[in-house]
Amino acid sequence: MGEPLVRARGLVKRFGGYTAVDGIDVDIAPGESFGFLGPNGAGKSTTMRMVGAVSPPTAGELRILGMDPAVDGPAIRARLGVVPQTDNLDLELTVEENLLVYGRYFGLPRATVRERTAELLDFVQLTDRAKDRVEPLSGGMKRRVTIARALVNEPDVVLLDEPTTGLDPQARHVLWERLYRLKQRGVTLVLTTHYMDEAEQLCDRLVVMDRGRIAAEGSPAELIAAWSTREVCELRFPLTEGGAGAAAHADALAPLVARGAAERVEVLPDRLLLYTADGDAALSEVLALGLRPLSSLVRRSSLEDVFLRLTGRTLVD
Amino acid sequence: MVPSPAARSFLAQRLTAHRHFWRSSALGSVLEPVLFLAAMGLTLGSLVDRGPGVPGGVGYLAFLAPGLLVAAAMQTATGESSYPVLGALKWDRLYEAVLATPARPGDLLTGHLLYVAFRVTTSAAAFLVVLVLFGAAAGPLVVLTLPVALLTGLAFAAPVTAMAARLEEDAAFAALQRFLIVPMFLFSGTFFPVAQLPLALEWFAYATPLWHGVALARDLALGTAEAGSALRHVGYLALWTAAGTWLAARALQRRLVR
Repeated sequence: MGEPLVRARGLVKRFGGYTAVDGIDVDIAPGESFGFLGPNGAGKSTTMRMVGAVSPPTAGELRILGMDPAVDGPAIRARLGVVPQTDNLDLELTVEENLLVYGRYFGLPRATVRERTAELLDFVQLTDRAKDRVEPLSGGMKRRVTIARALVNEPDVVLLDEPTTGLDPQARHVLWERLYRLKQRGVTLVLTTHYMDEAEQLCDRLVVMDRGRIAAEGSPAELIAAWSTREVCELRFPLTEGGAGAAAHADALAPLVARGAAERVEVLPDRLLLYTADGDAALSEVLALGLRPLSSLVRRSSLEDVFLRLTGRTLVD
Repeated sequence: MVPSPAARSFLAQRLTAHRHFWRSSALGSVLEPVLFLAAMGLTLGSLVDRGPGVPGGVGYLAFLAPGLLVAAAMQTATGESSYPVLGALKWDRLYEAVLATPARPGDLLTGHLLYVAFRVTTSAAAFLVVLVLFGAAAGPLVVLTLPVALLTGLAFAAPVTAMAARLEEDAAFAALQRFLIVPMFLFSGTFFPVAQLPLALEWFAYATPLWHGVALARDLALGTAEAGSALRHVGYLALWTAAGTWLAARALQRRLVR
Protein backbone atom coordinates (compact mmCIF):
# COMPACT_ATOMS: atom_id res chain seq x y z
CA MET A 1 0.00 0.00 0.00
CA GLY A 2 1.27 3.50 -0.86
CA GLU A 3 1.26 6.44 1.47
CA PRO A 4 -2.08 7.01 3.18
CA LEU A 5 -4.13 9.92 1.80
CA VAL A 6 -4.70 11.17 5.31
CA ARG A 7 -2.36 10.45 8.18
CA ALA A 8 -2.81 11.89 11.67
CA ARG A 9 -0.77 11.21 14.78
CA GLY A 10 -1.71 12.64 18.16
CA LEU A 11 -3.90 15.23 16.43
CA VAL A 12 -5.23 17.83 18.87
CA LYS A 13 -7.52 20.82 18.45
CA ARG A 14 -8.24 23.19 21.30
CA PHE A 15 -10.45 26.28 21.31
CA GLY A 16 -9.32 28.29 24.30
CA GLY A 17 -9.65 25.93 27.24
CA TYR A 18 -11.93 23.50 25.40
CA THR A 19 -10.37 20.44 23.79
CA ALA A 20 -12.46 19.45 20.78
CA VAL A 21 -10.09 16.78 19.44
CA ASP A 22 -7.88 15.11 22.00
CA GLY A 23 -5.02 13.25 20.36
CA ILE A 24 -6.32 11.01 17.58
CA ASP A 25 -4.43 8.72 15.19
CA VAL A 26 -5.98 8.12 11.79
CA ASP A 27 -4.83 6.55 8.51
CA ILE A 28 -7.05 6.68 5.46
CA ALA A 29 -6.02 4.64 2.42
CA PRO A 30 -6.68 5.56 -1.21
CA GLY A 31 -10.03 4.29 -2.45
CA GLU A 32 -11.51 3.47 0.92
CA SER A 33 -14.65 4.83 2.52
CA PHE A 34 -13.78 6.00 5.96
CA GLY A 35 -16.18 7.17 8.64
CA PHE A 36 -16.09 9.10 11.88
CA LEU A 37 -19.06 7.88 13.90
CA GLY A 38 -20.07 9.66 17.07
CA PRO A 39 -22.65 11.86 18.76
CA ASN A 40 -22.85 15.63 18.35
CA GLY A 41 -19.90 17.28 20.05
CA ALA A 42 -17.60 14.26 19.67
CA GLY A 43 -15.10 16.29 17.62
CA LYS A 44 -16.02 14.90 14.19
CA SER A 45 -16.60 18.21 12.41
CA THR A 46 -13.50 19.76 13.95
CA THR A 47 -11.49 16.82 12.66
CA MET A 48 -13.03 17.23 9.22
CA ARG A 49 -12.11 20.92 9.15
CA MET A 50 -8.51 20.05 9.97
CA VAL A 51 -8.45 17.35 7.29
CA GLY A 52 -10.00 19.91 4.92
CA ALA A 53 -6.94 22.14 5.48
CA VAL A 54 -9.04 25.07 6.70
CA SER A 55 -8.40 24.71 10.44
CA PRO A 56 -4.82 24.53 11.72
CA PRO A 57 -4.20 21.74 14.29
CA THR A 58 -3.19 22.83 17.80
CA ALA A 59 -0.78 19.91 18.19
CA GLY A 60 0.16 16.61 16.62
CA GLU A 61 1.08 15.60 13.12
CA LEU A 62 -1.22 15.82 10.12
CA ARG A 63 -0.43 15.01 6.52
CA ILE A 64 -3.00 15.14 3.73
CA LEU A 65 -2.16 13.79 0.28
CA GLY A 66 1.43 13.65 1.50
CA MET A 67 1.48 17.39 2.24
CA ASP A 68 1.51 19.55 5.35
CA PRO A 69 -1.69 21.64 5.58
CA ALA A 70 0.15 24.43 7.43
CA VAL A 71 2.39 24.93 4.39
CA ASP A 72 0.48 23.57 1.40
CA GLY A 73 -3.14 24.41 2.31
CA PRO A 74 -4.13 25.69 -1.15
CA ALA A 75 -2.42 22.76 -2.94
CA ILE A 76 -4.22 20.28 -0.67
CA ARG A 77 -7.59 21.98 -1.03
CA ALA A 78 -7.18 21.94 -4.81
CA ARG A 79 -7.49 18.13 -4.63
CA LEU A 80 -10.30 17.86 -2.08
CA GLY A 81 -14.06 18.02 -2.47
CA VAL A 82 -15.91 19.31 0.57
CA VAL A 83 -19.55 18.80 1.53
CA PRO A 84 -20.02 20.72 4.78
CA GLN A 85 -22.57 19.98 7.47
CA THR A 86 -24.66 23.03 6.55
CA ASP A 87 -25.13 23.69 2.85
CA ASN A 88 -23.27 26.83 1.84
CA LEU A 89 -24.40 27.27 -1.74
CA ASP A 90 -24.61 30.74 -3.24
CA LEU A 91 -28.35 31.28 -2.91
CA GLU A 92 -28.32 34.21 -5.31
CA LEU A 93 -27.16 31.96 -8.16
CA THR A 94 -28.78 29.22 -10.19
CA VAL A 95 -27.91 25.55 -9.70
CA GLU A 96 -25.70 25.57 -12.77
CA GLU A 97 -24.00 28.88 -11.90
CA ASN A 98 -23.06 27.53 -8.49
CA LEU A 99 -20.90 24.91 -10.20
CA LEU A 100 -19.63 27.21 -12.94
CA VAL A 101 -18.32 29.88 -10.54
CA TYR A 102 -16.91 27.26 -8.17
CA GLY A 103 -14.86 25.60 -10.88
CA ARG A 104 -13.00 28.85 -11.49
CA TYR A 105 -11.39 28.77 -8.04
CA PHE A 106 -9.58 25.62 -9.14
CA GLY A 107 -8.11 27.35 -12.15
CA LEU A 108 -9.96 25.11 -14.59
CA PRO A 109 -10.57 26.27 -18.16
CA ARG A 110 -14.13 27.49 -18.69
CA ALA A 111 -14.90 24.86 -21.30
CA THR A 112 -13.83 22.11 -18.89
CA VAL A 113 -16.01 23.52 -16.11
CA ARG A 114 -19.00 23.74 -18.48
CA GLU A 115 -18.55 20.15 -19.56
CA ARG A 116 -18.17 18.86 -16.00
CA THR A 117 -21.10 20.92 -14.74
CA ALA A 118 -23.38 19.26 -17.28
CA GLU A 119 -22.05 15.79 -16.36
CA LEU A 120 -22.30 16.38 -12.63
CA LEU A 121 -25.83 17.77 -12.75
CA ASP A 122 -26.74 14.67 -14.66
CA PHE A 123 -24.99 12.53 -12.03
CA VAL A 124 -26.99 14.11 -9.18
CA GLN A 125 -30.16 14.03 -11.31
CA LEU A 126 -30.72 17.77 -11.39
CA THR A 127 -30.26 18.53 -15.08
CA ASP A 128 -33.85 19.75 -15.34
CA ARG A 129 -33.26 22.23 -12.50
CA ALA A 130 -30.00 23.62 -13.91
CA LYS A 131 -31.42 27.06 -14.65
CA ASP A 132 -33.40 27.36 -11.41
CA ARG A 133 -32.34 29.47 -8.47
CA VAL A 134 -30.96 27.40 -5.60
CA GLU A 135 -32.92 29.10 -2.84
CA PRO A 136 -36.34 27.43 -3.28
CA LEU A 137 -34.98 23.89 -3.82
CA SER A 138 -35.75 21.17 -1.26
CA GLY A 139 -33.15 20.17 1.35
CA GLY A 140 -32.32 16.96 -0.52
CA MET A 141 -31.83 18.79 -3.82
CA LYS A 142 -29.62 21.44 -2.24
CA ARG A 143 -27.53 18.66 -0.75
CA ARG A 144 -27.14 17.09 -4.19
CA VAL A 145 -26.07 20.43 -5.65
CA THR A 146 -23.49 20.73 -2.88
CA ILE A 147 -22.19 17.25 -3.69
CA ALA A 148 -22.02 18.04 -7.40
CA ARG A 149 -20.15 21.24 -6.60
CA ALA A 150 -17.67 19.30 -4.44
CA LEU A 151 -16.86 17.09 -7.45
CA VAL A 152 -16.21 19.86 -9.96
CA ASN A 153 -12.42 19.65 -9.49
CA GLU A 154 -12.45 15.83 -9.75
CA PRO A 155 -11.11 15.50 -6.21
CA ASP A 156 -8.95 12.65 -4.90
CA VAL A 157 -10.79 12.74 -1.59
CA VAL A 158 -14.37 13.83 -0.86
CA LEU A 159 -15.07 15.01 2.70
CA LEU A 160 -18.72 14.70 3.74
CA ASP A 161 -19.73 16.13 7.10
CA GLU A 162 -23.08 14.66 8.17
CA PRO A 163 -24.18 14.19 4.55
CA THR A 164 -27.79 13.23 5.25
CA THR A 165 -28.61 14.93 8.54
CA GLY A 166 -31.96 16.68 8.33
CA LEU A 167 -33.12 14.90 5.17
CA ASP A 168 -36.22 12.77 4.86
CA PRO A 169 -35.76 9.00 4.42
CA GLN A 170 -36.31 9.03 0.67
CA ALA A 171 -33.82 11.83 0.08
CA ARG A 172 -31.30 9.98 2.25
CA HIS A 173 -31.59 6.85 0.14
CA VAL A 174 -31.15 8.80 -3.10
CA LEU A 175 -28.01 10.37 -1.63
CA TRP A 176 -26.62 7.07 -0.36
CA GLU A 177 -27.07 5.53 -3.75
CA ARG A 178 -25.15 8.39 -5.43
CA LEU A 179 -22.37 8.22 -2.85
CA TYR A 180 -22.14 4.49 -3.32
CA ARG A 181 -21.61 5.06 -7.05
CA LEU A 182 -18.81 7.48 -6.30
CA LYS A 183 -17.22 4.90 -4.07
CA GLN A 184 -17.45 2.33 -6.83
CA ARG A 185 -15.63 4.70 -9.15
CA GLY A 186 -12.74 4.59 -6.70
CA VAL A 187 -13.23 8.00 -5.09
CA THR A 188 -12.02 8.08 -1.50
CA LEU A 189 -14.85 9.12 0.80
CA VAL A 190 -14.33 10.45 4.29
CA LEU A 191 -17.53 11.08 6.17
CA THR A 192 -18.87 11.86 9.58
CA THR A 193 -22.22 10.69 10.79
CA HIS A 194 -24.20 10.04 13.91
CA TYR A 195 -26.40 7.58 12.07
CA MET A 196 -25.32 4.00 12.48
CA ASP A 197 -27.25 2.90 9.39
CA GLU A 198 -25.38 5.46 7.32
CA ALA A 199 -22.05 4.25 8.65
CA GLU A 200 -23.02 0.64 7.94
CA GLN A 201 -24.16 1.51 4.40
CA LEU A 202 -21.21 3.59 3.33
CA CYS A 203 -18.11 2.89 5.40
CA ASP A 204 -15.50 0.22 4.75
CA ARG A 205 -13.83 1.23 7.97
CA LEU A 206 -14.67 3.63 10.72
CA VAL A 207 -13.63 5.01 14.04
CA VAL A 208 -16.03 5.57 16.89
CA MET A 209 -15.38 9.01 18.35
CA ASP A 210 -16.42 10.18 21.78
CA ARG A 211 -15.39 13.38 23.53
CA GLY A 212 -12.55 14.11 21.16
CA ARG A 213 -11.01 10.65 21.34
CA ILE A 214 -11.18 7.50 19.27
CA ALA A 215 -12.91 4.78 21.27
CA ALA A 216 -12.60 1.96 18.72
CA GLU A 217 -11.69 1.31 15.11
CA GLY A 218 -12.56 -1.28 12.48
CA SER A 219 -15.05 -2.30 9.83
CA PRO A 220 -18.71 -2.23 10.92
CA ALA A 221 -18.72 -6.06 11.17
CA GLU A 222 -15.46 -6.14 13.11
CA LEU A 223 -16.67 -3.54 15.56
CA ILE A 224 -19.90 -5.41 16.17
CA ALA A 225 -18.04 -8.69 16.63
CA ALA A 226 -15.55 -7.11 19.03
CA TRP A 227 -17.89 -5.00 21.13
CA SER A 228 -21.32 -6.58 21.00
CA THR A 229 -23.11 -9.93 20.86
CA ARG A 230 -24.72 -11.44 17.79
CA GLU A 231 -28.25 -10.55 18.83
CA VAL A 232 -30.10 -8.17 21.10
CA CYS A 233 -33.40 -8.69 22.86
CA GLU A 234 -35.15 -5.40 23.59
CA LEU A 235 -37.73 -5.37 26.37
CA ARG A 236 -40.19 -2.62 27.23
CA PHE A 237 -41.97 -2.65 30.56
CA PRO A 238 -44.87 -0.52 31.70
CA LEU A 239 -43.66 2.56 33.57
CA THR A 240 -44.15 1.91 37.30
CA GLU A 241 -45.56 4.43 39.76
CA GLY A 242 -42.79 6.69 40.93
CA GLY A 243 -41.05 6.33 37.55
CA ALA A 244 -38.27 3.79 38.20
CA GLY A 245 -39.10 2.58 34.67
CA ALA A 246 -37.11 -0.17 33.04
CA ALA A 247 -34.42 -0.03 35.74
CA ALA A 248 -36.83 -1.60 38.22
CA HIS A 249 -36.78 -4.83 36.17
CA ALA A 250 -33.03 -5.03 35.62
CA ASP A 251 -32.40 -6.88 38.88
CA ALA A 252 -34.98 -9.47 37.98
CA LEU A 253 -32.93 -10.33 34.89
CA ALA A 254 -29.73 -10.97 36.86
CA PRO A 255 -30.30 -14.76 36.96
CA LEU A 256 -30.24 -14.86 33.15
CA VAL A 257 -26.77 -13.34 33.07
CA ALA A 258 -25.64 -15.64 35.87
CA ARG A 259 -26.80 -18.68 33.85
CA GLY A 260 -25.12 -17.42 30.68
CA ALA A 261 -28.36 -16.99 28.72
CA ALA A 262 -27.42 -13.34 28.27
CA GLU A 263 -24.01 -11.72 28.33
CA ARG A 264 -25.01 -8.33 29.59
CA VAL A 265 -28.01 -6.11 30.36
CA GLU A 266 -28.09 -2.44 29.40
CA VAL A 267 -30.64 -0.21 31.06
CA LEU A 268 -32.01 2.65 28.98
CA PRO A 269 -34.62 5.09 30.26
CA ASP A 270 -37.40 3.44 28.27
CA ARG A 271 -36.21 -0.14 27.77
CA LEU A 272 -33.82 -2.95 28.65
CA LEU A 273 -31.34 -4.41 26.18
CA LEU A 274 -30.36 -8.02 26.66
CA TYR A 275 -27.12 -8.86 24.84
CA THR A 276 -27.02 -12.49 23.82
CA ALA A 277 -26.00 -14.93 21.10
CA ASP A 278 -29.59 -16.17 20.78
CA GLY A 279 -32.27 -13.54 21.26
CA ASP A 280 -35.29 -15.83 20.99
CA ALA A 281 -33.92 -18.23 23.59
CA ALA A 282 -33.22 -15.32 25.93
CA LEU A 283 -36.75 -14.00 25.45
CA SER A 284 -38.20 -17.45 26.36
CA GLU A 285 -36.16 -17.42 29.57
CA VAL A 286 -37.40 -13.92 30.42
CA LEU A 287 -40.97 -15.12 30.08
CA ALA A 288 -40.13 -18.29 32.05
CA LEU A 289 -38.97 -16.06 34.91
CA GLY A 290 -42.50 -14.74 35.07
CA LEU A 291 -41.64 -11.29 33.70
CA ARG A 292 -44.27 -9.74 31.45
CA PRO A 293 -42.75 -7.05 29.19
CA LEU A 294 -45.16 -4.74 27.40
CA SER A 295 -43.38 -5.48 24.15
CA SER A 296 -40.24 -7.25 23.00
CA LEU A 297 -38.02 -7.24 19.92
CA VAL A 298 -35.22 -9.55 18.89
CA ARG A 299 -32.74 -8.03 16.43
CA ARG A 300 -29.13 -8.23 15.20
CA SER A 301 -26.54 -6.08 16.92
CA SER A 302 -25.74 -2.76 15.26
CA LEU A 303 -23.15 -0.01 15.59
CA GLU A 304 -25.57 1.68 17.97
CA ASP A 305 -24.90 -1.16 20.41
CA VAL A 306 -21.16 -0.81 19.89
CA PHE A 307 -21.41 2.85 20.74
CA LEU A 308 -23.54 2.17 23.79
CA ARG A 309 -21.04 -0.38 25.01
CA LEU A 310 -18.07 1.91 24.46
CA THR A 311 -19.48 5.09 25.90
CA GLY A 312 -22.47 4.12 28.00
CA ARG A 313 -24.59 6.52 25.94
CA THR A 314 -26.81 6.35 22.88
CA LEU A 315 -25.86 8.06 19.62
CA VAL A 316 -29.02 9.97 18.87
CA ASP A 317 -30.97 11.34 21.82
CA MET B 1 -0.58 44.98 -8.22
CA VAL B 2 -2.62 42.31 -9.96
CA PRO B 3 -5.34 40.57 -7.92
CA SER B 4 -4.80 36.83 -7.43
CA PRO B 5 -6.75 34.37 -9.58
CA ALA B 6 -8.82 33.43 -6.51
CA ALA B 7 -9.70 37.10 -5.86
CA ARG B 8 -10.79 37.44 -9.48
CA SER B 9 -12.85 34.25 -9.14
CA PHE B 10 -14.65 35.76 -6.17
CA LEU B 11 -15.28 38.95 -8.13
CA ALA B 12 -16.66 36.79 -10.95
CA GLN B 13 -18.96 35.02 -8.49
CA ARG B 14 -20.32 38.31 -7.16
CA LEU B 15 -20.76 39.67 -10.69
CA THR B 16 -22.67 36.54 -11.68
CA ALA B 17 -25.06 37.17 -8.80
CA HIS B 18 -25.21 40.86 -9.69
CA ARG B 19 -26.49 39.99 -13.16
CA HIS B 20 -29.65 38.64 -11.52
CA PHE B 21 -30.49 41.74 -9.51
CA TRP B 22 -28.61 44.66 -11.08
CA ARG B 23 -31.86 46.48 -11.85
CA SER B 24 -32.99 46.67 -8.25
CA SER B 25 -29.55 47.47 -6.87
CA ALA B 26 -28.95 50.15 -9.52
CA LEU B 27 -32.34 51.61 -8.73
CA GLY B 28 -31.40 51.87 -5.04
CA SER B 29 -27.97 53.33 -5.69
CA VAL B 30 -29.06 55.89 -8.29
CA LEU B 31 -32.65 56.72 -7.46
CA GLU B 32 -31.89 58.04 -3.99
CA PRO B 33 -29.31 60.63 -5.05
CA VAL B 34 -31.58 61.62 -7.93
CA LEU B 35 -34.42 62.28 -5.49
CA PHE B 36 -32.14 64.42 -3.36
CA LEU B 37 -30.93 66.20 -6.45
CA ALA B 38 -34.49 67.00 -7.44
CA ALA B 39 -35.72 67.96 -3.98
CA MET B 40 -32.74 69.94 -2.78
CA GLY B 41 -31.02 70.97 -5.96
CA LEU B 42 -34.01 72.28 -7.86
CA THR B 43 -36.40 73.53 -5.21
CA LEU B 44 -34.16 74.54 -2.34
CA GLY B 45 -31.47 75.48 -4.84
CA SER B 46 -33.63 78.14 -6.47
CA LEU B 47 -34.04 79.80 -3.04
CA VAL B 48 -30.30 79.62 -2.36
CA ASP B 49 -29.45 81.07 -5.74
CA ARG B 50 -31.78 84.02 -5.14
CA GLY B 51 -30.02 84.74 -1.84
CA PRO B 52 -26.29 85.10 -1.21
CA GLY B 53 -25.69 81.72 -2.89
CA VAL B 54 -22.89 79.22 -2.27
CA PRO B 55 -19.20 80.24 -2.30
CA GLY B 56 -17.37 80.23 -5.62
CA GLY B 57 -20.11 81.91 -7.60
CA VAL B 58 -21.67 78.73 -8.99
CA GLY B 59 -25.32 77.71 -8.96
CA TYR B 60 -26.49 75.51 -6.10
CA LEU B 61 -27.16 72.56 -8.39
CA ALA B 62 -23.55 72.56 -9.65
CA PHE B 63 -22.39 72.84 -6.03
CA LEU B 64 -24.59 70.00 -4.81
CA ALA B 65 -24.13 67.48 -7.64
CA PRO B 66 -20.52 66.35 -6.94
CA GLY B 67 -21.32 66.13 -3.22
CA LEU B 68 -24.33 63.89 -3.81
CA LEU B 69 -22.36 61.69 -6.16
CA VAL B 70 -19.69 61.05 -3.53
CA ALA B 71 -22.20 60.67 -0.69
CA ALA B 72 -24.03 58.05 -2.76
CA ALA B 73 -20.70 56.22 -3.15
CA MET B 74 -20.42 56.14 0.63
CA GLN B 75 -23.93 54.70 0.94
CA THR B 76 -23.40 52.04 -1.73
CA ALA B 77 -20.03 50.96 -0.32
CA THR B 78 -21.34 50.82 3.25
CA GLY B 79 -24.39 48.87 2.17
CA GLU B 80 -22.35 46.31 0.22
CA SER B 81 -19.88 45.85 3.09
CA SER B 82 -22.27 45.51 6.01
CA TYR B 83 -25.12 42.98 5.74
CA PRO B 84 -23.70 41.11 2.74
CA VAL B 85 -20.36 40.52 4.51
CA LEU B 86 -21.93 39.38 7.77
CA GLY B 87 -24.35 37.26 5.75
CA ALA B 88 -21.52 35.62 3.83
CA LEU B 89 -19.79 34.84 7.11
CA LYS B 90 -22.73 33.73 9.15
CA TRP B 91 -25.96 33.14 7.29
CA ASP B 92 -25.17 31.82 3.79
CA ARG B 93 -21.62 30.78 4.73
CA LEU B 94 -20.48 31.88 1.31
CA TYR B 95 -16.95 32.53 2.54
CA GLU B 96 -16.70 29.06 4.09
CA ALA B 97 -17.52 27.55 0.69
CA VAL B 98 -14.89 29.64 -1.06
CA LEU B 99 -12.22 28.80 1.51
CA ALA B 100 -12.72 25.09 0.83
CA THR B 101 -11.06 25.81 -2.53
CA PRO B 102 -7.44 26.94 -2.92
CA ALA B 103 -8.58 30.51 -2.03
CA ARG B 104 -7.40 32.26 1.15
CA PRO B 105 -9.15 34.88 3.31
CA GLY B 106 -7.06 37.63 1.70
CA ASP B 107 -8.42 36.62 -1.72
CA LEU B 108 -11.97 37.01 -0.42
CA LEU B 109 -11.20 40.50 0.86
CA THR B 110 -9.57 41.59 -2.38
CA GLY B 111 -12.42 40.13 -4.43
CA HIS B 112 -14.98 41.82 -2.19
CA LEU B 113 -13.31 45.23 -2.47
CA LEU B 114 -13.06 44.81 -6.25
CA TYR B 115 -16.78 44.12 -6.34
CA VAL B 116 -17.54 47.17 -4.19
CA ALA B 117 -15.33 49.20 -6.51
CA PHE B 118 -17.37 47.94 -9.45
CA ARG B 119 -20.68 48.76 -7.75
CA VAL B 120 -19.60 52.23 -6.65
CA THR B 121 -18.11 53.17 -10.01
CA THR B 122 -21.01 51.94 -12.13
CA SER B 123 -23.57 53.58 -9.83
CA ALA B 124 -21.64 56.85 -9.87
CA ALA B 125 -21.38 56.70 -13.66
CA ALA B 126 -25.14 56.17 -13.94
CA PHE B 127 -25.74 59.11 -11.61
CA LEU B 128 -23.33 61.19 -13.68
CA VAL B 129 -25.45 60.57 -16.75
CA VAL B 130 -28.49 61.78 -14.81
CA LEU B 131 -26.57 64.89 -13.76
CA VAL B 132 -25.79 65.74 -17.34
CA LEU B 133 -29.44 65.26 -18.30
CA PHE B 134 -30.49 67.49 -15.39
CA GLY B 135 -28.09 70.15 -16.61
CA ALA B 136 -26.42 69.88 -13.20
CA ALA B 137 -22.92 69.27 -14.56
CA ALA B 138 -20.78 72.39 -14.31
CA GLY B 139 -18.64 71.24 -17.23
CA PRO B 140 -16.69 68.28 -18.63
CA LEU B 141 -14.43 68.25 -15.57
CA VAL B 142 -17.32 66.69 -13.63
CA VAL B 143 -16.15 63.33 -14.96
CA LEU B 144 -13.21 63.58 -12.53
CA THR B 145 -15.66 62.95 -9.69
CA LEU B 146 -15.72 59.25 -10.68
CA PRO B 147 -12.29 58.30 -9.33
CA VAL B 148 -13.08 60.34 -6.21
CA ALA B 149 -16.30 58.37 -5.73
CA LEU B 150 -14.31 55.14 -6.13
CA LEU B 151 -11.70 56.16 -3.56
CA THR B 152 -14.33 57.42 -1.10
CA GLY B 153 -16.27 54.18 -1.55
CA LEU B 154 -13.19 52.13 -0.65
CA ALA B 155 -12.46 54.38 2.34
CA PHE B 156 -15.85 53.29 3.69
CA ALA B 157 -15.98 49.72 2.36
CA ALA B 158 -12.73 48.66 4.03
CA PRO B 159 -13.47 49.76 7.64
CA VAL B 160 -17.12 48.68 7.42
CA THR B 161 -15.96 45.25 6.22
CA ALA B 162 -13.61 45.12 9.20
CA MET B 163 -16.55 45.91 11.46
CA ALA B 164 -18.82 43.33 9.83
CA ALA B 165 -16.13 40.67 10.18
CA ARG B 166 -16.21 41.12 13.96
CA LEU B 167 -19.97 41.08 14.45
CA GLU B 168 -22.25 38.27 15.53
CA GLU B 169 -25.49 40.25 15.21
CA ASP B 170 -26.58 42.78 12.61
CA ALA B 171 -28.03 45.33 15.08
CA ALA B 172 -24.81 47.37 15.00
CA PHE B 173 -25.38 48.17 11.31
CA ALA B 174 -28.54 50.11 12.15
CA ALA B 175 -26.54 52.09 14.72
CA LEU B 176 -23.76 52.68 12.18
CA GLN B 177 -26.30 54.04 9.73
CA ARG B 178 -28.11 56.19 12.30
CA PHE B 179 -25.20 57.61 14.25
CA LEU B 180 -22.42 57.85 11.67
CA ILE B 181 -23.52 57.50 8.07
CA VAL B 182 -26.62 59.72 8.16
CA PRO B 183 -24.95 62.50 10.22
CA MET B 184 -22.01 62.42 7.80
CA PHE B 185 -24.36 62.58 4.86
CA LEU B 186 -26.08 65.65 6.34
CA PHE B 187 -23.16 67.54 7.87
CA SER B 188 -20.05 66.75 5.82
CA GLY B 189 -20.42 69.40 3.17
CA THR B 190 -22.71 67.61 0.76
CA PHE B 191 -25.53 70.15 1.06
CA PHE B 192 -23.77 73.27 2.38
CA PRO B 193 -20.22 74.43 3.13
CA VAL B 194 -19.11 73.11 6.51
CA ALA B 195 -17.96 76.64 7.44
CA GLN B 196 -21.66 77.21 8.21
CA LEU B 197 -21.43 74.77 11.12
CA PRO B 198 -20.55 75.57 14.75
CA LEU B 199 -16.83 75.12 15.22
CA ALA B 200 -17.00 71.73 16.98
CA LEU B 201 -19.15 70.22 14.23
CA GLU B 202 -16.97 71.79 11.60
CA TRP B 203 -13.99 69.85 12.98
CA PHE B 204 -16.09 66.69 13.10
CA ALA B 205 -16.75 67.21 9.41
CA TYR B 206 -13.04 67.59 8.65
CA ALA B 207 -12.35 64.30 10.39
CA THR B 208 -14.82 62.36 8.25
CA PRO B 209 -13.62 60.69 5.08
CA LEU B 210 -16.81 61.87 3.39
CA TRP B 211 -15.93 65.56 3.70
CA HIS B 212 -12.58 64.95 2.02
CA GLY B 213 -14.27 63.06 -0.80
CA VAL B 214 -16.95 65.72 -1.25
CA ALA B 215 -14.48 68.61 -1.12
CA LEU B 216 -12.14 66.98 -3.61
CA ALA B 217 -14.92 66.00 -6.01
CA ARG B 218 -16.37 69.50 -5.86
CA ASP B 219 -13.00 71.19 -6.42
CA LEU B 220 -12.32 68.96 -9.41
CA ALA B 221 -15.78 69.34 -10.92
CA LEU B 222 -15.76 73.12 -10.58
CA GLY B 223 -12.17 73.46 -11.74
CA THR B 224 -11.02 75.00 -8.47
CA ALA B 225 -8.73 72.18 -7.28
CA GLU B 226 -5.28 72.99 -5.91
CA ALA B 227 -2.53 70.40 -5.85
CA GLY B 228 -1.81 70.72 -2.13
CA SER B 229 -5.33 70.30 -0.82
CA ALA B 230 -6.14 67.66 -3.45
CA LEU B 231 -3.20 65.56 -2.30
CA ARG B 232 -4.25 65.91 1.33
CA HIS B 233 -7.75 64.71 0.48
CA VAL B 234 -6.46 61.77 -1.52
CA GLY B 235 -3.98 60.92 1.22
CA TYR B 236 -6.63 60.99 3.93
CA LEU B 237 -8.98 58.75 1.93
CA ALA B 238 -6.12 56.40 1.11
CA LEU B 239 -5.26 56.22 4.81
CA TRP B 240 -8.79 55.13 5.71
CA THR B 241 -8.72 52.58 2.89
CA ALA B 242 -5.36 51.17 3.96
CA ALA B 243 -6.13 51.06 7.69
CA GLY B 244 -9.57 49.57 7.04
CA THR B 245 -8.15 46.95 4.70
CA TRP B 246 -5.53 45.97 7.25
CA LEU B 247 -8.14 45.65 10.00
CA ALA B 248 -10.51 43.75 7.72
CA ALA B 249 -7.79 41.31 6.65
CA ARG B 250 -6.91 40.63 10.27
CA ALA B 251 -10.54 40.22 11.35
CA LEU B 252 -11.38 37.87 8.46
CA GLN B 253 -8.28 35.77 9.06
CA ARG B 254 -9.16 35.40 12.75
CA ARG B 255 -12.76 34.60 12.08
CA LEU B 256 -12.31 32.22 9.17
CA VAL B 257 -9.14 30.33 10.08
CA ARG B 258 -9.79 28.76 13.46
